[in-house]
Amino acid sequence: MSQTLSASTLLVVPLAPMVGAIAAGILGTKFAGNVIGRRASHTLAILGVLLAFILSAMTLKSVVADGAGFNETIYTWMVVGGLKMEVGFMVDGLTAMMMCVVTFVSLMVHIYTIGYMEEDEGYNRFFAYISLFTFSMLMLVMSNNMLQLFFGWEAVGLVSYLLIGFWFNKPSAIFANMKAFLVNRVGDFGFILGIGLLAAYTGTLNYSETFAQAASLSSIMLPGTNWLLISVICICLFIGAMGKSAQFPLHVWLPDSMEGPTPISALIHAATMVTAGIFMVARMSPLFELSETALNFVLIIGGITALFMGFLGIIQNDIKRVVAYSTLSQLGYMTVALGASAYSVAVFHLMTHAFFKALLFLAAGSVIMGVHHNQDIRWMGGLRKYMPITWITSLVGSLALIGTPFFSGFYSKDEIIMAVHNSTLPAAGFAYFAVLAGVFVTAFYSFRLYFLVFHGKERFDQNPEAHHGHGHGDHGAAHKPHESPWVVTVPLVMLAIPSVLIGYMTIGPMLFGEFFNGAIFVNPEIHKAMEFLREEFHGPVQLALHGFLSAPFWLALSGVALSYYMYMVNPALPAAIQRTFKPIHTLLENKYYMDWFNENVLAPAARGLGVVLWKGGDQAVIDGAVVNGSWRIVGWVSGVVRKVQTGYLYDYALTMVLGVFVFMTYFVWLK
Amino acid sequence: MTLTLGHFLSLGAMLFALSVVGIFLNRKNLIVLLMAIELMLLAVNTNFVAFSHYLGDLHGQIFVFFILTVAAAESAIGLAILVLLFRNKSNINVDELDSLKG
Repeated sequence: MSQTLSASTLLVVPLAPMVGAIAAGILGTKFAGNVIGRRASHTLAILGVLLAFILSAMTLKSVVADGAGFNETIYTWMVVGGLKMEVGFMVDGLTAMMMCVVTFVSLMVHIYTIGYMEEDEGYNRFFAYISLFTFSMLMLVMSNNMLQLFFGWEAVGLVSYLLIGFWFNKPSAIFANMKAFLVNRVGDFGFILGIGLLAAYTGTLNYSETFAQAASLSSIMLPGTNWLLISVICICLFIGAMGKSAQFPLHVWLPDSMEGPTPISALIHAATMVTAGIFMVARMSPLFELSETALNFVLIIGGITALFMGFLGIIQNDIKRVVAYSTLSQLGYMTVALGASAYSVAVFHLMTHAFFKALLFLAAGSVIMGVHHNQDIRWMGGLRKYMPITWITSLVGSLALIGTPFFSGFYSKDEIIMAVHNSTLPAAGFAYFAVLAGVFVTAFYSFRLYFLVFHGKERFDQNPEAHHGHGHGDHGAAHKPHESPWVVTVPLVMLAIPSVLIGYMTIGPMLFGEFFNGAIFVNPEIHKAMEFLREEFHGPVQLALHGFLSAPFWLALSGVALSYYMYMVNPALPAAIQRTFKPIHTLLENKYYMDWFNENVLAPAARGLGVVLWKGGDQAVIDGAVVNGSWRIVGWVSGVVRKVQTGYLYDYALTMVLGVFVFMTYFVWLK
Repeated sequence: MTLTLGHFLSLGAMLFALSVVGIFLNRKNLIVLLMAIELMLLAVNTNFVAFSHYLGDLHGQIFVFFILTVAAAESAIGLAILVLLFRNKSNINVDELDSLKG
């Protein structure tokens, strides 16, 4: 690192959104008596995030242009034994890129929220939450140690919980946020076990110090087993990533989290927070590189998520849920790339996905606003006439999502598929099949959504539920959909630009340049995928032109064609297929019975275990044996001993004499 | 037959044993108990005197005077307590004095 960044500048980046969060959350709510109003709240929150974005962009510029970096501890919280708990920043290419993505998407979402949440009573509270989220996520990505990473990890989980249950009068929202919280606990349990193991064996929480000892960890076995310690650590860490990044089987919370307002679905459950797991694995690449077992595990989980979650997107009718399942599937792609040791490709896809998925979600939100808070795509259709900007930007987002050549999604997705193809790990075959089939599925459901919403017959006046709920004052004439205000459309356009261009512009430096040097470590002797990609890469234009000839493009095209045929040309077909393949449809409708399994098998099992521990462990052993047992024993013993205390002088005298006799015997003869 | 130290020690031991038995076999009168204690002290005095004589050390006999003094004071106090006890309980029957029991 030739140049060091200024610590105070870096400190401002996470703290500016936090100040905004405090301003909006304390001064702007009943907490401090509504000192500042809506306008002041959102201005402060947006200014905080804007400042963070500008500083992040400057940081990225100096990282790229001057090769600057930063890796220092700023504050020592405490020292326990030899273990230092610190707050510090580590800024390299990976961090700088994440900072920019987080702050940019967050800024767009902040602006969008002005329009989307206009009628909501919790307006200021919402701004406080999303600013707090930005702070937490920045702390997570900028961290230079595991503890701060874990802090950010839990803080984003907390904000996610608060935001999913933002409309806390809705029982389904409360159910969803509890579910998200509980499922994330499972992941976090694995994560903290991994951190604990690392701390136990390396004696430090700092990234660089841990990675310096990585090689010596690779030959140790976990005591009492014949498992490689490094594999156990990596799998534990990855279980954390599975929770946060919603990988099978811990994905169940993400679709339900759509109960929250749409802006947070875009910010948290599509673009940034769910990518924390991907980021973490990329950051820990020096560890994951040492464990083939863990990488195979990652590949299998990613493959399952990429393909099977895509299938679920096909049958969903809620506009946000379709996008949510596509998020799951795309996170599966990133995970597959991680498993194939193509960490930089995973992070690259993370970035492009952040833009186009935030775009798709915000567009979905715009559609929801346009059709008066109806989310069922069966009651939309033909909206392109009424919402031209939303239409165009959605089309851009969908094209990017399915990997149309020259769009950002193409570059990242194509590189993932090639990387998996070139991976030599045993699980790569399955993962390759999964991601390839996933391309077709993605194209099919994306354009199913697109056609149903923006093309075809206008069905928005046929919704049987349109007349009840949602206290809009302007019913009647305003039943026609309308384009959203500029605060909503401007973020859409701002996100559509990188959705198209960012892949073309950054693929060279990010994947094959020196951008991630020092941040991501790949062992080229074992994992050759990146080497193959580098050999085959001859600039973004050639890659895109070549893309027209490759299998993924034709798969995507056939997916689009099929959805066009089924939903535009022959709309009766889907229902017929649904009748013919009833069992499969039922299976998908019930999301592979994962929720059923969790609610009827895992939850009762956990409750049963809880009852056993409660009745057997707590009530019988602790309360019964230990607490009550101790007084019973004391009572019984003293009951016996009490009989000795007769009160008669001669008994005491006898005892004394016997005592003397015993002592004398002991001291005179036995000693 | 000459008197040896062993004879005196045997006498002391017998007296002591008698007084001990007197303490805990006596279920009737508290005065007997005080007497047994006195007897116990006398048994010890016998030992002191015997050792003093046979070892040619006068200290033992000086000690006996002290013990006698203390014994006299002790029985005075003991009798005084006994009088008070009788005033309060109207009897000095050892078998009925069990207020030490909690």
